[in-house]
Amino acid sequence: MGEFDVRGQRLAALCLLGLLLFNYPLLAVFNVQGALFGVPVLYAYFFLAWALLIALMALVIERRG
Amino acid sequence: MLQGWVIVLTSFAYLGLLFAVAYYADRRADAGRSVIDSPYIYSLSLAVYATAWTFYGSVGRAAVDGVGFLPIYIGPTLMIALWWVVMRKILRISKQHRITSLADFIASRYGKSALLGGVVTVIAVIGILPYISLQLKAVSNSFTIVLQYPEIVMPAKLGAVPLLQDTAFWVALILAAFTILFGTRHLDAAEHHEGMVAAIAFESLVKLVAFIAVGAWVSWGIYNGWGDLFARSAAEPKLAAMLTPFDGVAGSYSGWVWLTILSMLAIMFLPRQFQVTVIENKDEKHLNKAIWLFPLYMLAINLFVLPIAFGGLLHFPEGGVDADTFVLTLPMAEKQELLALAVFIGGLSAATGMVIVETIALSTMICNDLVMPVLLRLRALRLNEQPDLSGLLLGIRRGAIVFLLLLGYLYFRLAGEAYALVSIGLISFAAVAQFAPAALGGIFWMGGTRLGALAGLGAGFAVWFYTLLLPAFARSGWLPLGLLENGPFGIELLKPLALFGVGGLDNITHAMIWSMTANIGAYVGVSLLRAPGAEETRQASLFVDVLRRPAEPGGPRFWRGTAPTPELFNLLARFVGLANAAEAFADYARRHGQEKPEAHPEADAELVHHVETQLAGVIGAASAHIMVASVVKEEALSLEEVRAMLDEASQIIVYSHRLEQKSQELERATQELRAANERLTELDRLKDDFVSTVSHELRTPLTSIRAFSEILHDNPELAVAERTRFLNIVIKETERLTRLINQILDVSKLESGRAEWHESLIDLREVIEDTIAATSQLFKERDARLVRRLPAEVPKVVADLDRIVQVVLNLLSNAVKFVEPGRGLVEVTLTEERGFLRVDVRDNGPGIHPADQDVIFDKFRQAGDTLTGKPQGSGLGLHISRRIVEHYGGRMWVSSRAGEGACFSFTLPLAREAALA
Repeated sequence: MGEFDVRGQRLAALCLLGLLLFNYPLLAVFNVQGALFGVPVLYAYFFLAWALLIALMALVIERRG
Repeated sequence: MLQGWVIVLTSFAYLGLLFAVAYYADRRADAGRSVIDSPYIYSLSLAVYATAWTFYGSVGRAAVDGVGFLPIYIGPTLMIALWWVVMRKILRISKQHRITSLADFIASRYGKSALLGGVVTVIAVIGILPYISLQLKAVSNSFTIVLQYPEIVMPAKLGAVPLLQDTAFWVALILAAFTILFGTRHLDAAEHHEGMVAAIAFESLVKLVAFIAVGAWVSWGIYNGWGDLFARSAAEPKLAAMLTPFDGVAGSYSGWVWLTILSMLAIMFLPRQFQVTVIENKDEKHLNKAIWLFPLYMLAINLFVLPIAFGGLLHFPEGGVDADTFVLTLPMAEKQELLALAVFIGGLSAATGMVIVETIALSTMICNDLVMPVLLRLRALRLNEQPDLSGLLLGIRRGAIVFLLLLGYLYFRLAGEAYALVSIGLISFAAVAQFAPAALGGIFWMGGTRLGALAGLGAGFAVWFYTLLLPAFARSGWLPLGLLENGPFGIELLKPLALFGVGGLDNITHAMIWSMTANIGAYVGVSLLRAPGAEETRQASLFVDVLRRPAEPGGPRFWRGTAPTPELFNLLARFVGLANAAEAFADYARRHGQEKPEAHPEADAELVHHVETQLAGVIGAASAHIMVASVVKEEALSLEEVRAMLDEASQIIVYSHRLEQKSQELERATQELRAANERLTELDRLKDDFVSTVSHELRTPLTSIRAFSEILHDNPELAVAERTRFLNIVIKETERLTRLINQILDVSKLESGRAEWHESLIDLREVIEDTIAATSQLFKERDARLVRRLPAEVPKVVADLDRIVQVVLNLLSNAVKFVEPGRGLVEVTLTEERGFLRVDVRDNGPGIHPADQDVIFDKFRQAGDTLTGKPQGSGLGLHISRRIVEHYGGRMWVSSRAGEGACFSFTLPLAREAALA
């Protein structure tokens, strides 16, 4: 058993996904005027993407096997 | 209601409550029913990450640049995704080596180097000091602001106060006393502070609830929800720009990215995070839930930062109110006294939590990795002869806590006003980030050496000091500002904020780029210059391969040498007390099945290792090593020997892997054997059945032959007609017997594979026609009609002609045998399917019950009850037919419903082109 078992690989992939989500150029895409449900687009994007990432991490951890 | 005495009283009541929580948790721990043995408490205790800096400072930063506070919480989320890989390893290592602090961890990895541990401690203390002073500043500022109620006055405007009237001074002293009560009441060999962890978890709840309460109130109490709040902000030109904070060029994102990386490292290497994540961890499994629960906590506590920031900016448009205080001043301005008090308590929890854990972690480092190694080396102190040193250890730690808080106060007093909260915190983050190359490199790279780690830490720290701390001093007025503007001695290239002419970056990004370059470069470069020594190689292997080794690893394997047992015992007792030492020896005896290890005059290598690990849990690996070395006659191991042992160890691992493989193979083989055995038993049973059935089948005709022969023999006067009839029966029975024996021989040949096959290209249509002709007599006898549906021409098949005739004959004679005489109808159909020829023989007899449809192809099995019903055949014909068809790759089956006749079908594959040619 090494460090990078299946779960380790999945979580590492999520880390990479996060680095992608919270970086240029994706941030530039959402750095625009406008609002989503009354919240500025960029702020809404941050919290939604963040919540998505946490949900995926929980999924990887809590799923059996 | 916000008079001074109310606030002071509430604060003390809150601290008292905290202490009660801690006291309760400690009592439960002593009773063996730990309250902190839960992934939820563990996750909450990790939230000590959110300090007063989060509580007040996030809003301050958000009010300046919109989303600048987010990387500090998103970075850790990303890092935590890697914890499964990284932190599990650190946890395992730390438990095996009884690591007591971050300094201990790094020192232990690089050959238990006392020097390295000391360097890490010094960097940590200098780096964290501003951070502690930041907490003092937050508490004293918030206290001062609340005191001015209902006025809103910034503390900076109140001017300097004498020492004894300065709240921050008293806050520092009270916190020191409180931390001493929490962290150093007694010496725990495992360095666990259960009460403290429970209190921290409680504080995490308090600050979260307080922050969300004020956030919700600002969002829906002052304004009509987020939509209203952001719409009003968008209407203000100054605020509208903050809704799209990045200014469009790719370069403006680099600060953001570096802040993310910085926070990723901080979540692992802040001494207080290392303390709660690693040292206080009760169970490795708690990490699993924490991996998503802790990020969720950070998300929750950040949800209302932006609404509060914008709410504050809208509410105090003329400025004059520091954005760092919005959380507190907004409720005060709206006369929400209770909410303001709750906020004050929330901020107090955030600050006290951080100060308590941070100073405990640092005081352990100062005691174990800075003071003790020096004291132990000073022979003049004769510490080796002291009977009990645990009092000394506690004294050092308590002193260190007071020292740290007073130093923090001093920094606050002298430099505190120069920076906003967030900037001070980031300077500390950048300092602890310097530990990353040595610590992370140390657990993944065997080649890192002690000198490499020293060089990396030294270089990184020097650059940090020059590019972040010096400018901070300069801004505080301790150094001439010219240093920043013109560089030292007027050398432009060496300007601390634009080193080597690299300007245009914010100071954190600039410092991180240069310090990480220096740090990693020196660490890798110097490590590669000289190969690691014996002790380093051994520790490196224990750290890097920790997940691949069995528990309780290699220490003893690397030890050679013995020690007098009484001296070892006394050594341990001096540090942990007599009772604990006796307990440790008893524990060792239990695990090794020895009677009384202290009875042996000479301790073996394993016991020596055990004592050193126990000792390391109290005074750190480096000090423990020094202490044990003073009583052990250790034969120094050469590098070659350590290498040889490592090779041996890795070979043992390889062997054990192979052994595991072999045993798995063996298990598989056993299973196969068992299956084979079951099949053989089954076959044996079938054979017995077969023999008994055959004997039974043979006996029936034999009995009747014998009976009629006896009648003929005993009655010579029988009439001729009678005699002929009897002889006819004997002949018929003999024929039946012959047929039966032939079929049995056939079956046995087919089953053993000894049957002879004479393949040729045959025309199935012809075969059927011929067989029908051969059975026409039978049909006539039973007055049955036969209908044939045969195409004019069909492709040929390759098969043994006689065998196929046998099959068709069997089906036809079966069909005619079962139909009712006079009304029988048998249909023979030949069709061509894809790659097959299919023959169906349908009759209008009684049909076959579904339950019998499978078994009629078995040997000696006939439809219906063979005992009562009249046997109409040997029961071998269908079995043989199916075998023949299957031999040629075809299939044979029956479809029928009781009362509606039966249809026997078989297929034969068409001859391939090649065979036809």
